[in-house]
Amino acid sequence: MAEQKITLDQVRHVAKLSRLALDESRLEKFSVQLGSILEYVAKISEVNVTGIEPMAQALPMHNVFREDIVEPSLPLEKVLQNAPDADGPFFKVPKIIGGEEDSAG
Amino acid sequence: MKGAYFVENRVCKSHKVLVGMEVHVQLSTQSKMFTGAANGFGGEPNTQVDEQVLGLPGVLPVMNKRAVEYAIMVGLALDCKIARHTKWDRKSYYYPDLPKNYQISQYDLPLCYEGAFELVRKDGSTLKIRIRRAHLEEDAGKLMHEAPGGYAIDFSIVDLNRAGTPLLEIVTEPDLSSPQDVALFGQELQKIVQFLGVSHGLMQMGHMRFEPNINVHITDQNGQVHKTAITEIKNLNSFSVLERATAYEVQRQIRQWEETGSLGRKSTYGWDEAKGSTFLQREKEEANDYRYFPDPDLPPVEVDDAWIAELKGQIGELPAARRKRYVDALGLSATDAAILASDRETGDFYEAAIAAGGDARRVSNLILSHGRRIANEKSVTLKEIGIAPARFAEVAGLIDQNKISVSSAGTIFDKLREKDGAAEQLAAELGLTQVSDTSAIDAAIDAMIAANPKPLQDYRGGKQSAMGALVGMVMKNGKGLNPKMVQEALKRKLGGE
Repeated sequence: MAEQKITLDQVRHVAKLSRLALDESRLEKFSVQLGSILEYVAKISEVNVTGIEPMAQALPMHNVFREDIVEPSLPLEKVLQNAPDADGPFFKVPKIIGGEEDSAG
Repeated sequence: MKGAYFVENRVCKSHKVLVGMEVHVQLSTQSKMFTGAANGFGGEPNTQVDEQVLGLPGVLPVMNKRAVEYAIMVGLALDCKIARHTKWDRKSYYYPDLPKNYQISQYDLPLCYEGAFELVRKDGSTLKIRIRRAHLEEDAGKLMHEAPGGYAIDFSIVDLNRAGTPLLEIVTEPDLSSPQDVALFGQELQKIVQFLGVSHGLMQMGHMRFEPNINVHITDQNGQVHKTAITEIKNLNSFSVLERATAYEVQRQIRQWEETGSLGRKSTYGWDEAKGSTFLQREKEEANDYRYFPDPDLPPVEVDDAWIAELKGQIGELPAARRKRYVDALGLSATDAAILASDRETGDFYEAAIAAGGDARRVSNLILSHGRRIANEKSVTLKEIGIAPARFAEVAGLIDQNKISVSSAGTIFDKLREKDGAAEQLAAELGLTQVSDTSAIDAAIDAMIAANPKPLQDYRGGKQSAMGALVGMVMKNGKGLNPKMVQEALKRKLGGE
């Protein structure tokens, strides 16, 4: 029962967000696969949850804090060890054109 | 030619500016938000980086308690409700300054929400700014397109020292109604975070970054209202730029409508300082593109009354409350109260001087004139000038007891900055002590009258101007007498005879 719940456009969109270059020929295949995964997960919606508080975490814990204490950082050579490329003490990445300075926000 | 073509006539008769702000505040904790690497601003590139920051497999984030407390303190200062239950969400996107490919943030349950801040303008009018939310998140690293020193490179470089540092994002409702209000609100927020001690709040260091969301309601010549699309200006980090960029964007939106009839599209702009103009960066991504979902690595946060009470205790009295008390209870002018209450240190210094026995207004005058003058000359804060608050109280007392004149205070403070000592003793050493003993004054006056019958006759003969000469003669013989008291005594004596 391959009821398609994900359109080809949605697959393209998600692929783009995930920075995956998908061949047009594979879109159909992923659309069916993603559809059946969602369908499987949708089973959970059959459970009656009336009166049950929503939860965001499976463990019965909260307020797991650490004190604001500095611990050692890694040495620079370790930090850059797995970098695809480096320039002096910096990670070197392809030129980001037209983007804003930093992404956070 | 008439009727060949028709150009629609659009005139902006009046307009209303609506600005909501997003403010990112770097919290000044010692360590990062979810790991122990140092939250040390600056530092050699990539030296405040650990496995967490790099997003290596197998790491587990653990919340920095102080960062959560700092965020709650700001929420309390902005009169926010504090969430009793909150959680962390992953905001997913790809960018070279974000090694994990997601930012830990708070999506639907911000730590603080529904607050309000009263903006007091220079003219004394007020504006209520509703705070929509204030949530905690981690910062990204720094992506640079030039090498240090400004050298051109044909690639980009990344420093992750800032990645993972605690960031408080404050979002207001669109209640700011002018570029001046926008800049003023930024300055007031800076004062609050500095007062609370939760951020250094240094603009030049990027500790506070502002993003105004701007739109305009334009009323045309027919009374019809046109609402422009909201544009956001990213990453402004000076109050002057904040004001100019907002003003520019308001005019740009109006001009665009007048020239083309377009209300524009929801989009993001940058600010070009060299050109003094905004420029289009991108059309805004929809919120769900970030695929927020609860972070399974982080347990939720529960905040109870006891914790909130403890934090309220740590905050103490906020600047606005302090300012009001200085006016209402201590009788200071609004201007003086605002300066003294603007930062915790100055207010504490002032109150220490009052506690040491100084009159509230006298001490205020002395601190605002001499204290601040010396602080400026030495380029230090008031607390660092080397003169204790109690000395201000002593000098205030000497003035109030007529032992020294107001104008001698400066000389005493200049002496005090060289060496500490009891103010009264220094005043005596400097020969500034005025004799206010009435019997000494009476004696000096009597002596003068006996020795100088001529000016006395002039005065009695109606020459009121002789009074100055008479006082001068009394002072000449009785060095150090309080001139004001001499004059009063002299008038009493002569008038009474």
